[in-house]
Amino acid sequence: MSSMTVGLPLTWRRIPERYNLIGSECEICHTKYFPVRRICPQCRRKGKMKEVKLSGKGKVYSYTRIYAPPSGFELDAPYMIAIIELEEGPRLTAQVEDCNARDVKIGTPVEMIFRKIQEDGKEGLIHYGFKFKTVSGTSHILQE
Amino acid sequence: MRRVAIVGAAMTKFGEEWERGFRDLIAEAGLKAIEDANMSGNELDAIYGGTMAAGRLIGQEHITALIADYMGLNPIPATRVEAACASGGVALRSGYLAVASGHHDNVVVGGVEKMTDVPVGEAAIALGGAGDQEWELFMGATFPALYAMMARRHMHEFGTTEEQMAMVAVKNHANAAKNPYAHFQKEITLRDVMKSKKVASPLKLYDCSPITDGAAAIVLTPLEKARKYTDTPVEIVASSQASDTLALHHRKSLTTLNSSVVASRNAFNMARMKPSYIDVCEVHDCFTIAEIIAYEDLGFVKKGKGGKAIEDGETTLDGKIPVNTSGGLKGCGHPVGATGVKQAVEITWQLRGEAKKRQVRGAEIGMTHNVGGSGATCVVHIMKRVN
Repeated sequence: MSSMTVGLPLTWRRIPERYNLIGSECEICHTKYFPVRRICPQCRRKGKMKEVKLSGKGKVYSYTRIYAPPSGFELDAPYMIAIIELEEGPRLTAQVEDCNARDVKIGTPVEMIFRKIQEDGKEGLIHYGFKFKTVSGTSHILQE
Repeated sequence: MRRVAIVGAAMTKFGEEWERGFRDLIAEAGLKAIEDANMSGNELDAIYGGTMAAGRLIGQEHITALIADYMGLNPIPATRVEAACASGGVALRSGYLAVASGHHDNVVVGGVEKMTDVPVGEAAIALGGAGDQEWELFMGATFPALYAMMARRHMHEFGTTEEQMAMVAVKNHANAAKNPYAHFQKEITLRDVMKSKKVASPLKLYDCSPITDGAAAIVLTPLEKARKYTDTPVEIVASSQASDTLALHHRKSLTTLNSSVVASRNAFNMARMKPSYIDVCEVHDCFTIAEIIAYEDLGFVKKGKGGKAIEDGETTLDGKIPVNTSGGLKGCGHPVGATGVKQAVEITWQLRGEAKKRQVRGAEIGMTHNVGGSGATCVVHIMKRVN
């Protein structure tokens, strides 16, 4: 069981954002957003949104290590969740893995990796999307 | 706008109430509040009910129809209000606006959540709905994790410590031990908190509010008619609400809830008061860091000084500004939809001088601060004893 079983249409709708980090940019104020927004919260009706691909490079804004996982994430625990500030400005929430947990601090440079996020049981959908790893990190086993 | 008074207040025992279901809890709190107001059911004009996740927790929607039915109050209108953990506070505000506008005279506001009919994991998923399901919870974040990331930033920016956060839990358990309605009836030590198991670093189990069953209710009436029902009316002198981004990561800062800043500033303006006027306050301490941030956002201390305020004992029962005399969400328990209404019940008791062992002497002005999710909704009320 995943944290919240969702249907196929929702998962498909999110593929551009979750696989390729497609966000939005307002052509009027040039603010970039992730995920996609239809309305620029700053310019509202005067704004003009277009899709934009984000680089996947950024740094850790805050982080935590989860020891009490939600259902569907038991096998991952303990795992690290962070708010990442992308170099284009938007922030997002993602897991940080494939690196030494001790290296993850506020300000640590990170880059996007493509991973399985969760699955809806043994026969359900497998949901993929972005996670992040430290830029200097190799494939150390996560340890504290 | 008419002036509005609280003339009835009641709550059930908060806790793991295996013997009682959703309808038992809300009927008990509602009927006790109406009785407390010396009112007959026939005099009531409307019901507002706050509940967050009844659909997920007991499989029941349409819950205010159920409440009207099981309280024997048909056919008056019954409206459900949902704003995650701020459902109760926003229900209170809805009732307040209905009376203030002149549309209704006597309104009962209830808040209720029945959380222990499902396994803990299922309750956690239901609570996750207060955040951004597609962009926070989907990624593996949990509510403790979101508040942990606020705590991490607060530690980074202001030097707040895990011990200071733990002191919030110790204080609120001490208050809860003096409150017969509280979920937890035992005091705990700093060491208990620091040694409790990790949930989402730096937060540990005793930094987190529990999963609780419970209900609370308030009866409102126009101030000019309040003396008909009680000798000790409490006036709601301000009601204010504000919104912020659903997801935590979209906030400009993780160390302040802008919804709290805006709602409390507007409430102080409405009441023509300052933070220093408040004698007793119930804040939304879903996690210990949330109480420290609330001290700052409500203006009791400067930004960054919340950790020092708890360390210096400024918010204990005999401190400068006693906070969470009920035990707060941490000690009294957090049946999410009930919490905002319970805060108003506690402040009403404090201003009437009925809070017994946890009474703040001479309390005349009180405040409630109820937050939804990680701060996407905040609702603030200021109450004053009518002399």
